[in-house]
Amino acid sequence: MKRYFRELSVLFAFLAILLLLAFRAPEFFQPSQLLSMLCDAVPVLIAACGMTLVIVCRQIDISIGSQFALCSVFAGLTASSGLPMPVVAFVAILCGAAMGAFNGVLVAGLGIPSIVVTLATMVTWREALRWWREGEFVSNLPENFQWFGLSQQVGQITIIGIAILLFLFLAFALKHLSAGRFVYAVGSDKEAARLAGIHPQKVTFAVFVLMGALTGLAALLTAVRFPDVDPKAGQGLELKAIAAAVVGGVAISGGRGYLWGVAAGVLLLSSIAPALVFLHLQPQWEKALQGLIILLAVAADGWRAVRKKD
Amino acid sequence: MQAPPLLQLKGITKSFQAVRALRGVSFDLHGGEVHALLGENGAGKSTLIKVITGAHQPDGGSIEIEGKAIPRIDPASARAMGIAAIYQQPALFPDLTVTENVALGLETPSTTSRIRWAERRTRAQELLKRVGADIDPDTEVRKLSMPEQQLVEIARSLGAGARILIMDEPTASLTQNEVHLLYAVVRDLRTQGVGVIYISHRMEEIFALADRVTVLRDGESIATQDTKGMDESTLIKLMVGREVSSLYPPSETNPAGVTLSVRGLGCNASGVHDVNLDLRAGEIVGFAGIVGAGRTELARVLFGITPADTGTISLDGKGASIQSPREAVEHGIGYVPEDRRRHGVILEMPIATNMTMAIHPTFFPWSWLRFGAERDLANGYIRDLGVKTPSGDVPGGALSGGNQQKVSLARWLATRPKVLILDEPTQGVDVGAKSEIHKIIRRLTNEGLAVMMISSDLAEVLGMSDRIAVMHGGTIVKEFTGTDANPHDVMAAALGQQGSSHENVPASE
Repeated sequence: MKRYFRELSVLFAFLAILLLLAFRAPEFFQPSQLLSMLCDAVPVLIAACGMTLVIVCRQIDISIGSQFALCSVFAGLTASSGLPMPVVAFVAILCGAAMGAFNGVLVAGLGIPSIVVTLATMVTWREALRWWREGEFVSNLPENFQWFGLSQQVGQITIIGIAILLFLFLAFALKHLSAGRFVYAVGSDKEAARLAGIHPQKVTFAVFVLMGALTGLAALLTAVRFPDVDPKAGQGLELKAIAAAVVGGVAISGGRGYLWGVAAGVLLLSSIAPALVFLHLQPQWEKALQGLIILLAVAADGWRAVRKKD
Repeated sequence: MQAPPLLQLKGITKSFQAVRALRGVSFDLHGGEVHALLGENGAGKSTLIKVITGAHQPDGGSIEIEGKAIPRIDPASARAMGIAAIYQQPALFPDLTVTENVALGLETPSTTSRIRWAERRTRAQELLKRVGADIDPDTEVRKLSMPEQQLVEIARSLGAGARILIMDEPTASLTQNEVHLLYAVVRDLRTQGVGVIYISHRMEEIFALADRVTVLRDGESIATQDTKGMDESTLIKLMVGREVSSLYPPSETNPAGVTLSVRGLGCNASGVHDVNLDLRAGEIVGFAGIVGAGRTELARVLFGITPADTGTISLDGKGASIQSPREAVEHGIGYVPEDRRRHGVILEMPIATNMTMAIHPTFFPWSWLRFGAERDLANGYIRDLGVKTPSGDVPGGALSGGNQQKVSLARWLATRPKVLILDEPTQGVDVGAKSEIHKIIRRLTNEGLAVMMISSDLAEVLGMSDRIAVMHGGTIVKEFTGTDANPHDVMAAALGQQGSSHENVPASE
């Protein structure tokens, strides 16, 4: 219990907001409103899962916002060219994985710090996209693209369902697969992991590829919600994902973090905007409150570290 | 002795969560005295040192300095009161020069005042002279040898006005000659009125240097006595609280066939060259040599950390190419590294996780972790190797050095290796745990393991080894069988004095 104090406190904060809304604004719990809120949280959750692995591995990836935009555009173009939806999904995920692999080669293979590599790719992908598309939306999407050709509500449920299944799988795999443990080992002590026969470079590379693939999936699940694809999508996604991971108890210094804590972080951070609306408060407080939550989370970590030392 | 003592500790207690690290330690130190602190790993020496240097706050007890009660020590006030500590690994800034390093310890009026470098340089020179070091103050520290760095550190402490100098295993990485130089420095400090708290596991050092000795056991100070009139076995008895049986367990088997065979092995990057070696199942080959002779480097080549670029390695008669630790593990080689605090054990991870770290592909064949099996395996090794821990869930960092070493050993035993490379297996390990580790190594060898044991402890090499290989300048210069080895010849070969077939210049200092 004490071990998960950090994660549980985030979960309780989220439940506290729900409780407040239950008393003050029960209309928040209308199914359509909840579905739309959860749908908004899906890309952040998926990206935050990937980011958790990246951070646990003692790396960072700030290029995922740009990857997201490129993946969305590729998915849109594939769909408008008339190819079937499974191919569209495959293209989006592959496109993300390829960009992740590019980061991975530079970080793991050449040993360049990930903050530098992903800063470079963040700018590069974004600018390349702007030069190529000149800000043009991808429209003329086929019928079966938006909501996978389903009704809006079924489409929303599908998206949320995919995200939940993926989350459960990743959370389970991180704890129960050797590969998951290798990520923790490499993030804790790269040299010790190497001496134990683990290939830290392979692990790091794989983590970046997975991050990219997850970003591609997040992009697809976002793109299908709209009638056309915005080439500026995904701006700030990297910050949301990092924030959710940090709030959810992932140590930025690597080696520690649980996905379910991150899920609680995503829910907490993404419930703030709708909560403000329903409580008839100024919606522009959202960013400030999110900032405050992040500060509280890191201050709690710092406080704990200081107390532990003594 | 004159009153009051320089440092007086009374009834110090300190707990970490459930672990009571110190349960009432009393200790005093006078100026001009070397007071040795002895105890098994986990007896509380490190914690006590951290209390004195202000890194930890004690839960109870009192600290007096020159008769004045000190309510609270933090690292800054400890320094201001003249308390300085020197650890096994020098804590200097490798890219700064000697002068700059020493200057950091010197008193500065304020952070923004200008540093007079010429003055500092002269001060550094004086201080270096005071510790008998002939070092150019403008050299970068990373170019210095280990003992030179240690001297710089002592000079820095003196520059900071240290009156209480704590030396924690200062000779752990020194050769015999360097140790004698250090002795001279310590004796000199004593005549200058400095109080030295000296921690070491080497008995001969305690008797050579210390005026008094305090023995810690399980967080309590058991006895404080003059070293005059003391003998080794009484001291060991006090430390372990029981009789230590015959120091080195004898071999019970005859070596069988050659397990590991190496011909003309070399690696340019690490200076290892022309190594020929046969390691048989059931034998311990001790590797002697001075620091920098290439023993650890050879181990790293064999384990694929810095892969060989010339020569051949074969295992059980079959050629093997070892390009990475993973491949070494697959070929049945295990490596317990020297620097266990950094590389042997992942400190944040539970002991059980650490123990299975190297056997994932075989132990978890479907990649699914089997937590029950892992716990059983860990409990087995905890029992077998006598690891002192409440359970396998405790993080590796919470254990004492000797117990971490056992965890590191367990990790490699779990791989069921054919060849086990042990790099300084008992460095910084107390007498009791040391003889336990020796017994474990011998038992495994009797069961058919081939062991390559690197050690700078000559007595250990002579006592444990069935054969001894002496390295110098990156290659094996001489081999002894267990019976014809004596300390003098081994040391002479290690220093490159013997007329051996290989005439080698030491690769680097």
